[in-house]
Order: sequence, then structure tokens, then C-alpha cells
Amino acid sequence: MSYTKRNDGRKFDETRAIEAKAGVIKRADGSAYFKIGKTVAYAAVYGPREIHPKFLQNPKNGKLRCFYNMMPFSSIGERVRPGANRRAKEIAMVTEKALLPVVDISKSPNSVIDVFIELPQTDAGTRCAGICAASMALADAGISMNGMVAAVSIGRVDDKLVVDLDYSEESYEDGTVADIPIAVVSRTEEISLLQMDGELSRDDLKKAIEMAKKACSKIDKIQRDALKKKYEVKNG
Amino acid sequence: MGKLLVEDKTIVTPGEELAEGMDFLPAEGTFRDKDKIISSGLGLVNINGRVIKTIPVAGRYAPKKGDVIIAKVTNILMSGWILDIDSAYSAVLSVKEAKDFIRRDADLTKYYNIGDYIVTDVVMVTSQRLVDASMKGPGMRKLIGGRIIKVNTHKVPRIIGKKGSMVSMIKNATGCNILVGQNGLVWINGSPENEIIVVKTIKKIEQEAHIGGLTDRIKTFLEKETNKKINIEKVE
Repeated sequence: MSYTKRNDGRKFDETRAIEAKAGVIKRADGSAYFKIGKTVAYAAVYGPREIHPKFLQNPKNGKLRCFYNMMPFSSIGERVRPGANRRAKEIAMVTEKALLPVVDISKSPNSVIDVFIELPQTDAGTRCAGICAASMALADAGISMNGMVAAVSIGRVDDKLVVDLDYSEESYEDGTVADIPIAVVSRTEEISLLQMDGELSRDDLKKAIEMAKKACSKIDKIQRDALKKKYEVKNG
Repeated sequence: MGKLLVEDKTIVTPGEELAEGMDFLPAEGTFRDKDKIISSGLGLVNINGRVIKTIPVAGRYAPKKGDVIIAKVTNILMSGWILDIDSAYSAVLSVKEAKDFIRRDADLTKYYNIGDYIVTDVVMVTSQRLVDASMKGPGMRKLIGGRIIKVNTHKVPRIIGKKGSMVSMIKNATGCNILVGQNGLVWINGSPENEIIVVKTIKKIEQEAHIGGLTDRIKTFLEKETNKKINIEKVE
């Protein structure tokens, strides 16, 4: 049996509906909201600010510090224990590495830029939604960046490559599933995040990367439009 | 021949291409990648002949030599004071740079105590962002009474206005004493009712700074709030 039709009726190269907004958290220096399908991510950026503990300060470069947190009620079914667990720490680390190629940390030596990603509702693809939100929040905070990052997960469900898996596809039971979150830097099309869960052939991986680049360029446009909308001139 | 890809005074996002060709020159907030000029932050494009720059609309205060700022004393050293300048870095005001001569064994709290706000001048910023402040020069003093509010540091030029026209309009309309620091701290001193009007006005300027016809809107706003007619002195 093969996967001929997607569970929610999308095309194979179609992402879920995306909603993005910048400047949603008042007290943060920069913030953003990114919703893709049922997955919702909030990102708040504070800084550059003084780094504590002090021994972490680096006189050559600033530091980018990310935090990832799924809220207790965010998941389907069981309560998620909030706070840093092994998974959250790993995702925070890969988020940091996905964003670092665009953030110019040399502009703020001895200081830190803190990025907090909170997920009030999840339906697969949280690290990608988190990266998209964080990239927007960093731009909104006026941080010097040489580009923006968009991320999407590409997957293989049974024999089909699909863009932006949701939870029902990630847990597809009639065949094997591979899940590859990919983050792409805008303009240069560099890949700053590539993880793989499951098995995939070399050709399929190449195809998946091409699909990710296409999907990310669409997400990139949504991110930029949302940032510009914050400063749109309102008539009257 | 080069080609402009954006219009003057539009909002651009990080990584957006601004111009093509080698006859354009990148200035602040932009960089060159091969023959293209790219924005390195969220801001308003400013095209001046062949020079292209972006003026940031968000971000924290970055200390700059020659800025007059409002700072809070946070600690006292053997040889001076540590100042919180609402930035990622703190400034140091040395005893030598105080208003008048201070003897070696003097009690420094007599001059500026912890928690005091002062108007001070940034005299030096090193590459590692060590900031030196000075009280020498006209207008540098300790602030007594009044209230302090924080605004976006990039909106300070709009609050001050051309040759101080905006701030003097608010001063005349409300009779309050106002000092605007480059770091986004504003000191207001007057009667409580008038202070509130000033706070409201400044918040309004901060929100609508990027929309044209600001002076007229603020004028009508002030007239409504104070029930007085305001005559603007034309500034050439």
C-alpha cells in the first residue's frame, strides 16, 4: 500500500497554512509569533544584554543563547513536563546553530542575545516553527543580521516525499516514515539545519533538500511581510 | 550601470537586496555581496546619491562617543561610579571627570549616590565596549525630582525634532522641564498633571514616528490635552 493522498488533503509539496506576526510581546526587545497548521511558536528576544554568569563573556564575540520550551498543555494527550529536558536542550542547541550563520555576534562583544521559544500548541514541526519565529524575533529586535532563516520539515511517508509533516503523518502506521527538518538561509540558500529521523535514500535526500529550499523561500516571504506589516503606515 | 531595487524610505528586512551594481556604495546597516548591496538589519532605506544606508527602527542603545545620555548610578568604586546606561554595557564615571575637584579621601556618595540619575556625556567607547562618561561641559548634572521614562532609542531624534522643535513645543505647551537622553531615557519635571500629558505625548511620538505629518498631529494632540492654542515657531 502506498501513501497516495495526504491525511488533510494537502498537495505533497504544500505546507500547512502559515500565520506570522512580529512584535507580539511588549516587554521583549523583539518578538514574533509563527503558526504553521496547528503548531504555534512564540519567540522573544532580549538583548544584547549583560551576560551572566560573567565567565561566559567573550571579548571577541557576543553570545547567542536559545531556549526551547513546550508548554505543559501543548501536546496531544499527556502533560509535557516543562523546562529543559534532554530533547529541549538538543533542540535549543540546533536552533542556536541554525541561527548563528545569519546573526552578526561580533557587533556585541561581552554580551548575550537571549532567544526564548515557547510552544503553546504543537502538532509536529516544532523546531522548524521555533526557528522561523526566532529569526523574525531577532530581526524585530534590531539585531544586525546578514539574512533570515526559514525552516521546514520534509518527510518521506511510505514512498512519497512530503513537505511539512503533521503529527498524523509523523506517526503514520501503514509504512515507514522519515522526517528531516531543514533550515535554509535566505538569499544564499545555505543549509543551517539538517537532521534526519528514519531512513532515506541518497536521491530522496537530494530531492528533499530541493523541496525544502522551495518551501523555505515561500516561508521567507511570509516572515518578511509580517515584519514589514508592523511598520506599515496606517491611513487615517 | 547599477540599478536600485528598493525605493527610498521604505522598510527593509535583513538580507534584502537593495541595489545592484558597483556604482552604489554600502554605508551603515548595509553590506556588499559581490555586485549587490544587502541590508543587514530591519530599517528604513536612506538613499543619498550613490550611498545607501538603512536607519534602524529597533534595537537597544549602542553607546557612541559624544552622546549625551541619562544614566543611573548603580555602584560606587574607589575611583568613580558605575552607571547603568540602558544598554548591554555599563559606563564608568571617573572621579576626575566629575563636575568639580574631589579630594582623594572624599565620600563619593555625597556627590552621586546609588540610584541617582545623572545627565552625562559619553567621552569614549573602546572596541570592547568599555564606556567612559564625563560630567565636564554645560548641562551635565544630577537630576533631582521629576520622573524618568524609557523610549526606543531610535525614536529619540523624532522626539527632539529638527533643532529641538518638537521637544520645545512640548515644553512650551505643558511648562514641564524635559531632558531627552540619546539612550532613550527621558526625564520630565513639572506638575503631576502636566507630566502625564508629556508622557502621553512622548508615547504617541514613539508609536507614530515613522508616519509623516508628525508635528501637526502632535500639535493638535497637545492643544486638545492642554486646552491651549499653540504657535509653532518656524525652523529654517
